[in-house]
Amino acid sequence: MTTHLDGNALAGPLRELFTVDITTATALCAGCGHSGTVATLHVYNHGPGLVARCPGCEDVVLRLVRGPDAAWLDLRGTVSLRIPLAE
Amino acid sequence: MAIVSRGFRGRARDEGVTLPPGQYLTEDFPVLSAGPTPRVPTDRWEFTVTTEVGVEHTWRWQDLLELPHEKPRVDLHCVTKWSKLGTTWQGVSLDVLLEDVETAADYALVHSYGGYTTNLPLEDLLDGQAWIVHRYDGEDLTPEHGGPARLLVPHLYLWKSAKWVRGIKLLLEDEPGFWETIGYHDYGDPWREQRYQGD
Amino acid sequence: MVRRLNWHVAKVVDVRDETPAARTLVLDVPDWPGHLPGQHVDVRLTAEDGYSTQRSYSVATPADGSRVELTVQRVDDGEVSPYLTQVLEPGDQLELRGPVGGWFVWRPSDTAPVLLVAGGSGIVPLMAMIRARATPVPFRLLYSVRRPEDRYYADELRRPTPGLDVTYVYTRTAPPNWPRPPARLGVADLNTAGWPADFAPDCFVCGPTGFVETTADILLALGHDPRKIKTERFGPSGG
Repeated sequence: MTTHLDGNALAGPLRELFTVDITTATALCAGCGHSGTVATLHVYNHGPGLVARCPGCEDVVLRLVRGPDAAWLDLRGTVSLRIPLAE
Repeated sequence: MAIVSRGFRGRARDEGVTLPPGQYLTEDFPVLSAGPTPRVPTDRWEFTVTTEVGVEHTWRWQDLLELPHEKPRVDLHCVTKWSKLGTTWQGVSLDVLLEDVETAADYALVHSYGGYTTNLPLEDLLDGQAWIVHRYDGEDLTPEHGGPARLLVPHLYLWKSAKWVRGIKLLLEDEPGFWETIGYHDYGDPWREQRYQGD
Repeated sequence: MVRRLNWHVAKVVDVRDETPAARTLVLDVPDWPGHLPGQHVDVRLTAEDGYSTQRSYSVATPADGSRVELTVQRVDDGEVSPYLTQVLEPGDQLELRGPVGGWFVWRPSDTAPVLLVAGGSGIVPLMAMIRARATPVPFRLLYSVRRPEDRYYADELRRPTPGLDVTYVYTRTAPPNWPRPPARLGVADLNTAGWPADFAPDCFVCGPTGFVETTADILLALGHDPRKIKTERFGPSGG
């Protein structure tokens, strides 16, 4: 589908890799500097992998491919992630 | 080990035809995407082959239409496991487009409007194995399926058949494209089930 | 306990039709860790030949031990929803991963007034929030559906509940003598039945992508703080 979902759709797949919920993290886009919650990214999940794009510039911020015995995660489009943690 | 849900079959599949390993037959034509659908009017469309030394060969839409056309009928195999058999297309063979291109390159990196890329050996684009197609099933190729024109190279997984094709760079060394840099196979032969790096 | 998520086996204990095309699945998930209203689960189905596929569904109920309820809309010629709404029966099993989604959640400890805007099946996670509400925090729900028979949880929402205001927005067919002619949700609806922006409500919008984007734009135009608007888009076909 060419319409996108939002970053809530990343919650399950990322929660398989990380012990914290990444969708509440703040991502800084390497393309345009836009800062926003991962849950607000534009997610295209109808394909060979998950592609999350910046709502500001549509550049790819994050990519995730789940293979049979490994997952590949590409965060090149993110300058940084700020992940809230309980004290 | 996943548990089986009683009575779940998913879409009807395996009607007795021989498919590549791990594939399931589909009757519809799923639309897969990694981003927004590019909209390229044909009066702005260009396709450029760039050699390893920077020589460019460019075709505009009218140029493409005036080249000799073929009507390939091919099977499609997507790495997401669906296969669609007997699809019909209309377009120009890469043998025609590359006929006058002088190159010593062994590799190709295909570029699309919207930024998508995919790589494959140059020889896999030749000898009747690949086309730039702009009609599917008797109609103009819709943007959702890669229109105005896409690459069609059906002997490899469908992610190599770049939608919204814009150009091909010929390279001396292989350079991985969009999915190849995030775990997918550099070559992608469905009959050897080359889905992921290392397969 | 902090760990990565794996798949749980869920057993169907009951099914309940909400509308002719939507069914609630009542599941028992033995080691369910609990969840927050608004969260969702990924459901995995595997066929005998090993073929498997996944879909995401919002949880319709607040945390309740090992009990998890999902409401599934049947999409004609979908791959999964016809199975879940017509074939699956009590005693059957499926796999769940979750709960996931820590952003689109309402915590019962939150005190701001709450605005819920649902488009079609987008009502599901918002219903979990309504059902979790046990304090006097005021809730306003705008629920957009095509026709009255498309409403989920109609009997439950009909019960007068202090502090919960429910407004239906019909887009194709309204009940006889309905004061508002059928039309898509618009500025007037949100202005009249929503909270004024200066009440600083927490807004949750859920439904198809187009509905969510239009609603969010209207809320911004009405002056709501973008940081207080949370959206969850459902795909055009969960299938």
